[in-house]
Amino acid sequence: MTSGVLNLVLKRLGISAITLLIVLFAVFFATSMLPGDTASILLGQAATPEAVAGLREAMHLNDPAILRFLRWLVGLLHGDLGTSYANEMPVAALIGGRLVNTMKLAGITALLSVPLALTLGITAAMLRGSVYDRTVTVLSIGVISVPEFMVATLAVLLFAVYLRWLPALSSVNEAHSLTDLVRIYAMPVITLTFVISAQMIRMTRAAVIETLSTPYVEMALLKGASRSRMVLRHALPNALGPIVNAIALSLSYLVGGVIIVETIFNYPGIAKLMVDAVATRDLPLIQSCAMIFCLGYLLLITAADIVAIMSNPRLR
Amino acid sequence: MTIALTTTSRRSFLGHSYNLVGVVASLVILAWTLIAIFAPYIIPHPIGDIVDDDYFGPMRQGLWLGSDYLGRDMLSRVLMGARYTVGISLAAVSIACFSGVVLGMIAAVTGGWLDTCLSRFLDAMNSIPSKLFGLVVVAAVGSSIPVLILTLAVIYIPGAYRFARALAVNINTMDFMTVARVRGESTLYLIGSEILPNIIRPVLADFGLRFVFIVLLLSGLSFLGLGLQPPLADWGALVRENIGGLPFAAPAVIVPSLAIASLTISVNLLIDNLPQKIRDRDA
Repeated sequence: MTSGVLNLVLKRLGISAITLLIVLFAVFFATSMLPGDTASILLGQAATPEAVAGLREAMHLNDPAILRFLRWLVGLLHGDLGTSYANEMPVAALIGGRLVNTMKLAGITALLSVPLALTLGITAAMLRGSVYDRTVTVLSIGVISVPEFMVATLAVLLFAVYLRWLPALSSVNEAHSLTDLVRIYAMPVITLTFVISAQMIRMTRAAVIETLSTPYVEMALLKGASRSRMVLRHALPNALGPIVNAIALSLSYLVGGVIIVETIFNYPGIAKLMVDAVATRDLPLIQSCAMIFCLGYLLLITAADIVAIMSNPRLR
Repeated sequence: MTIALTTTSRRSFLGHSYNLVGVVASLVILAWTLIAIFAPYIIPHPIGDIVDDDYFGPMRQGLWLGSDYLGRDMLSRVLMGARYTVGISLAAVSIACFSGVVLGMIAAVTGGWLDTCLSRFLDAMNSIPSKLFGLVVVAAVGSSIPVLILTLAVIYIPGAYRFARALAVNINTMDFMTVARVRGESTLYLIGSEILPNIIRPVLADFGLRFVFIVLLLSGLSFLGLGLQPPLADWGALVRENIGGLPFAAPAVIVPSLAIASLTISVNLLIDNLPQKIRDRDA
């Protein structure tokens, strides 16, 4: 790797760092605009004005926003996420287990959807124009065009209502055996896999088709290489960069999908925690959850960009 | 969209003959648009009236799409829901694309620090997941129709900006742009008379795609209970309030979902079929 690529990668990382700061700032200010005064909400209806004023003082709510932002940022750097307003627990403790649950959900979905989507995308590109290709394309356009909650409702209708294979709700605590585990994760994972795979199939198919139209693939065709050899040996290694880029980008759709899916299936993950926190106006909790989501999203799109830079042979 | 770029003829889309899929897709879009406009005059029952003794009633004569969780007429509610889903999305996508495209063209023509600052800032905005942004903002300032329209518009401005800027930067390097600059034309003239006519087709296709994204996001927010508030109900909210009918496969929960799907899939198919026609004619 030459210094050119290294420079570009470092530059991209620098941009991500600046972006992260802007995003944190935006999240902080958006949540500061939440209606209602936190101190009076915490103390309830019977609170005296003095008590409210005292609590506001103690919670530094009277300080200028920029000062509170800096204090929050310094706390973050020390690993201190603050204390939940609603139940006085450290935010880190509330988030910990939930984050693990969400990561499990995302991880299983990624393990399932990446091989599935790559297989479908690459084979569809190989058999371009065939009935198979058209079916895959129409189905993936269909899934992309409908909201995530509709995929979830259809999945519930099919697997829980008509076939009665799976329960419609999931609760992680009741898992005692492998069958329980499968039953719990099946519905959320199926829904997320549909959503993520559709995006990935489209992007993978486009990347492979683009490579298949290059002169060196035509050369392979003319020298008599078989169709599968042409794709696997000549086209695929060169399409690898765009494909990995597509994978990272598609996985970033998990962030949006997980919010809907956890709410529908009542899955105890961090997105459900955040939707609940919005209802109770729990600022530190909302800020931390939003920050984790933005961080994950930013990491994935940065990874996608870096892979795109590294895989460009003109820069090597 | 790159195909649309290479064509320089100025004939409008309407001058082309569509294939069957395109015709069906545009008919569906036209139908929903007409319904959105005329909904109050064609609904069989007032949307608040309880007309069925049973809740989650099946489809039958008089109640063509069954009844909802309170026994209200589902057909009327879906027809009125079209008003909110199509109306709010159209307003939001118009604001988003107008602001994004104008800013993008200005950035491309002006260049320099304005371009850098605007691009950096909007890229950062783009790094906030859209559903999360909607969730936080709608929770922060409450959920009314103007707030929803503005939030949805703000979420999709960065995308429209990026798209328009990338196109405009290409046009900006053309000779006729240099000539126009040497003539001493104003920025307003440059973006309005030189750049816009050359990028209008891909921008319109982008407008359609972004409309689909906004319909999906609005439905998602309403489904989470953060979009339109009762008694108003768009299609996402209709699915949410009738989700209890899912175990009985009630039409009340399936029909609004199908309505969303028919609209978004039609727009996608129409866009997919537009550039195809142009390419075929040029070939």
